[in-house]
Amino acid sequence: MDKRQTMRAVTVLWGCLSLTAPAVAADFEFTGYLEPELQAFPNKGNVQGQKRWNSSVALELTFEAFWEKGDQYIVFTPFGRLDAQDGNRSHADIRELKYAYIQGDWEFRIGFDKVFWGVTEVAHLVDIINQTDTVESIDGEEKLGQPMVAISTVQDFGVFDFYLLPYFRERTFPSMSGRPAFDIPVDETLTTYESDDKRQHLDFAVRYSNTFEDWDVGVSYFQGTSRDPILLPTFNGPGSLVLAPFYAQIRQASIDVQATKGAWLYKFEGFVRRELKEEHVQATGGIEYTLYRIFESSSDVGIVAEYIWDDRGANARNIFANDAVLGLRWTPNDTASTAVLLATTVDMETKALGLSLEAERRFGNDYFASLEARFFENIPASDPLFSFSNDDFIQLRVARYF
Amino acid sequence: MTRFSIPDATPIVALTVNLKEENKSMRIKTLNACTIAMAWFLAAMLIAVPVSITAATAEELAGLETLPGADDPAARGLAIARETERRDAGFGDSSATMTMLLTNAYGETSERELRNLILEVTDESEGDWSLIIFDKPRDVNGTALLSYAHILDPDDQWMYLPALKRVKRISSVNKSGPFMGSEFAFEDFSSQEVGKYSYVWLRDEACGERTCHVTERTPLYEHSGYTRQIAWTDTTDYQPRKIEFYDRKNQLLKTLTMADYRLYSDQFWRSHDLFMENHQTGKTTRLTWGEIAFQTGLTDSDFTTNAIKRAR
Repeated sequence: MDKRQTMRAVTVLWGCLSLTAPAVAADFEFTGYLEPELQAFPNKGNVQGQKRWNSSVALELTFEAFWEKGDQYIVFTPFGRLDAQDGNRSHADIRELKYAYIQGDWEFRIGFDKVFWGVTEVAHLVDIINQTDTVESIDGEEKLGQPMVAISTVQDFGVFDFYLLPYFRERTFPSMSGRPAFDIPVDETLTTYESDDKRQHLDFAVRYSNTFEDWDVGVSYFQGTSRDPILLPTFNGPGSLVLAPFYAQIRQASIDVQATKGAWLYKFEGFVRRELKEEHVQATGGIEYTLYRIFESSSDVGIVAEYIWDDRGANARNIFANDAVLGLRWTPNDTASTAVLLATTVDMETKALGLSLEAERRFGNDYFASLEARFFENIPASDPLFSFSNDDFIQLRVARYF
Repeated sequence: MTRFSIPDATPIVALTVNLKEENKSMRIKTLNACTIAMAWFLAAMLIAVPVSITAATAEELAGLETLPGADDPAARGLAIARETERRDAGFGDSSATMTMLLTNAYGETSERELRNLILEVTDESEGDWSLIIFDKPRDVNGTALLSYAHILDPDDQWMYLPALKRVKRISSVNKSGPFMGSEFAFEDFSSQEVGKYSYVWLRDEACGERTCHVTERTPLYEHSGYTRQIAWTDTTDYQPRKIEFYDRKNQLLKTLTMADYRLYSDQFWRSHDLFMENHQTGKTTRLTWGEIAFQTGLTDSDFTTNAIKRAR
């Protein structure tokens, strides 16, 4: 995000906030974490400058002020990371800076915020409000704060959410020396847009969601700048081959459904998207099943099986075009909140294989450690993950919460 | 139930009158509708109020004086549970903070801090609504659990994960696992409805300075973690003082001791010190409630999948 524009957005918002914030007693809360990280890459990088080791540190702070029994509040969550190798990964973001006002069944929010839509565990297809902070994690679950005006209302016939999104956030990409990364680097200075309004294009979204006994259903519509750029190979100024992000205008209708039947969860989400005069469909679905108290212990084992589908078939833009995922989650329900997740992803077409291990636990009351390992095996050159094939990594994070 | 059956018939009369008035002008029609509504309301009040007073008096007597005798232990056990529930009816909503001190067999401790909001559901065939918000450990700060409790079916539950801003509907079949690593299972402190167990009164005996009814209760929920529980309920306030939990192999698993009872609104007793001891592992959890606020004005809209994202 352009720094001057960020500053301007923050200044304007802060102005609005100081006007609305009354001089009444509010409850304040200050929380956060400091989290050093160590990464190891067992294989040599494809690109010069890529190292076997990396270290970084992340800091997230949250300031909250509530008044009128929480019917009005302000939340400010800045986030930043300092990375030893990758200049693009050293970045700061406003995850949240919002003022919210609740009046009965209505909720009004203005500012930077994060919104999640969807039900599945692996591919988050219908989740579109926020841009992905790719340099934070390649799983797509880390998001950049999105400036918005949002109105929500809870009625007997369901929940309606309306969003006006006045400013676009570009996806973050690793630099030449970053890992895991594409072999051809993304040059963000060559970013182009379909709309002449570029980042100022006013996007909007609307969502209806409701619970019908065991069924949770959401139907959404989005119109505006695609969060998912088309990466066009091109030559930059000095004549090197780079990828230039192009953000098209899209219209997208989506649905997400979950049926909760005892220990079984059945999930589906999918969308129809119109982009550059072409329509295409993506969908994902599967099950989550939990075996409770295995062998009369207090441990649970969860099984996640999902399939992800793109009607365009194997294509360079989507790592999940015809992929099956099987995951096993072990939670002993101990004091340390230990959890271990093993997952394997198979591309049914290219036979590319992804393996991941995520393990986490608490130490004492304030420390939380998470270990993540990802291995990419048998990736053919035709697979969009090919660049990652030598970027297997093991990553350890230890957070100190306060 | 009977007290509602009489006024229920009156709207039919009102509707018939309304149809007859159809040809008259709008203003008269509205006036008439108002008059009819008022009359209906007055009639309902006249009929309902005396009936409810009589019913309450009868129930009061039934609870205290005419507990079924020792010759019918099942009826006596059920009546004791009903009396406990009756004394808690009408609390409306409550909100409180709680801390849990977890101690393992080696004496190592860890702490949990939560807030608990409850909305009473008066329908006897349904359990209450609750919202539990986690404050500590700090890594789960802001995580929230919304439950619509059912009597014999799994509850409807949603978990809010603040890092992802995600509300996730979760399976609630298993209520018997450790809650946040403590010796309490969700089953142990979720809303205690009469219909969740079958009862057999065992004996009356001294419990501390009081006398207690000792009742064996068998969970009817098929996925319960227990084969049976033995509950000590005092004979003056009808509050549980001690509960023994027997695991699925019918071995004594845990004992819960409730102390520091405080009276709210001259009517509702709440234990502020719940001590759970696991006899099989040697671990303990002490759950301490802070001051409880009743009738704080919570409504349905504080217990929605939207509200759990901003729970404070």
